[in-house]
Amino acid sequence: MINYLLRHAQVLFYSLGQMARTPFSSLATVAVIAITLALPAGLFVLLDNVQRLSGTWDGTAQLSVFLKRDSSERAALALAEKIRTRAEIAAVQYISRDAALAEFKHLSGFGEALNALADNPLPAVLVIRPKPAHSDAATLDALKSEFQSMREVEWVQLDLEWIKRLNAIVDLARRGLWLLTGLLALAVALIVGNTIRLAVLNRRTEIEIVKLIGGTDAFIRRPFLYTGLLQGLCGALCAWGLLALLLALLGGPVQDLAALYGSRFELYGLNSEAGLGLLAMGALLGWLGARLAVGRHLRAIEPA
Amino acid sequence: MIQLNNVCKRYPSGYDALKNVSLALGSGEMAFITGHSGAGKSTLLKLITLIERVTSGQIMVNNKNLARLPRRGIPSLRRGIGVVFQDNKLLFDRTVFDNVALPLVVAGVAHREISSRVRAALDKVGLLKKERMYPVTLSGGEQQRLGIARAVVNKPPLLLADEPTGNLDAELSDQIIDLFYEFHRYGVAVLIATHDLRHIQRLKLRCLTLRDGALVQDSVA
Repeated sequence: MINYLLRHAQVLFYSLGQMARTPFSSLATVAVIAITLALPAGLFVLLDNVQRLSGTWDGTAQLSVFLKRDSSERAALALAEKIRTRAEIAAVQYISRDAALAEFKHLSGFGEALNALADNPLPAVLVIRPKPAHSDAATLDALKSEFQSMREVEWVQLDLEWIKRLNAIVDLARRGLWLLTGLLALAVALIVGNTIRLAVLNRRTEIEIVKLIGGTDAFIRRPFLYTGLLQGLCGALCAWGLLALLLALLGGPVQDLAALYGSRFELYGLNSEAGLGLLAMGALLGWLGARLAVGRHLRAIEPA
Repeated sequence: MIQLNNVCKRYPSGYDALKNVSLALGSGEMAFITGHSGAGKSTLLKLITLIERVTSGQIMVNNKNLARLPRRGIPSLRRGIGVVFQDNKLLFDRTVFDNVALPLVVAGVAHREISSRVRAALDKVGLLKKERMYPVTLSGGEQQRLGIARAVVNKPPLLLADEPTGNLDAELSDQIIDLFYEFHRYGVAVLIATHDLRHIQRLKLRCLTLRDGALVQDSVA
């Protein structure tokens, strides 16, 4: 058993040596694999981030209840208190007409122009936040229609539709990502398969000789399989590095953009679990590509 | 060690290389196969190592029936036969030592055992001092001896050689054949294909003569 492992270790180092002896072609192969793997991995990270972003909104679905302009402040506060006591509701924030105007002035930058208005055109608003347990679409819809039917309420806006749409888009993107990943995985296997095919043909005489002195197919296959595996692994490693570099370059601007929206959103990179998954996939695809290529060509090489 | 019964070999082109050949070589026996070029000497050796398969007839090698040997059984058959090729078939990108070690590596011999056995084989053919050199730097006779070292390092019970002296002058080729004779005296069965009748007369060994694919003479010269 130890002997067996030792032999495998020997072949591993031999394959590493072979790769080091042809640095340029090895590097080119690894680079192509890296770019091919970085593409789906990058999309995975992008989707992951979008989901995190929408996830933070999912739990905080909110209803904006616009009150009729002629309803008094006392009535509004009473209504807010009534709603606050309900079991489904986590918080109710009352924004008076004056407060709304002040906020609008501040955020819109139309401050002076708004002073010209004779009357405050804005209604008072109750911003209602349901408890996360009651944030599903059905409950929110029921709440919306209930509030809508109240005497003091002008209309209710539920910020849910676009979250649903976003989730649908994310689902679609995820499906697309799997298809793309499948295609690119095939591409990686083919790339490795092709370089291994060339390596097999290059070492035709050596293979013939080894067959003549009693080398089994498995023995002859082994260094090629290790080469494929190593190329896939190195490619995946480079893809990970490439992705980290890309995210580092994008991280600053994304944070700036998020800050403009008043968010503290940060780009998340590939976590170590997903990264190890990427490495495993690279190695597996490299091995698979090599296996297919060697299996096809080894039989064709027979001593004569 | 080797037994052929009514062996025929027809190549796909329709050419009959061997016609109804029957012969036997005992354990530890040494013999020459001779005949003009194209008489079937090389074909005979290829059939014994399963580089080619018979068209009809039966071959037994090392108590293995070659007709019934599946593809995956070929490596273990070949490990029991040391073969010396006319063109050596050496690996020119590996050292003398590595070339000789190859059959042991292929057979999965333990690492520490390999170097002592390789050195023993190299010592026997007189190349021990050149173990770190590459085959291109060796002379023709040395390359042939390197091929012999590789063939015997595994201690196979059977040695085959296809024109092992083809490219060598008389003195060197005598040395090579003497080397084979020495292995024969250690108990290894040896079969050498050659058209050089001088060795046959010199050593007074059994000689099988092929003509146009048929065995026409089996005698002690």
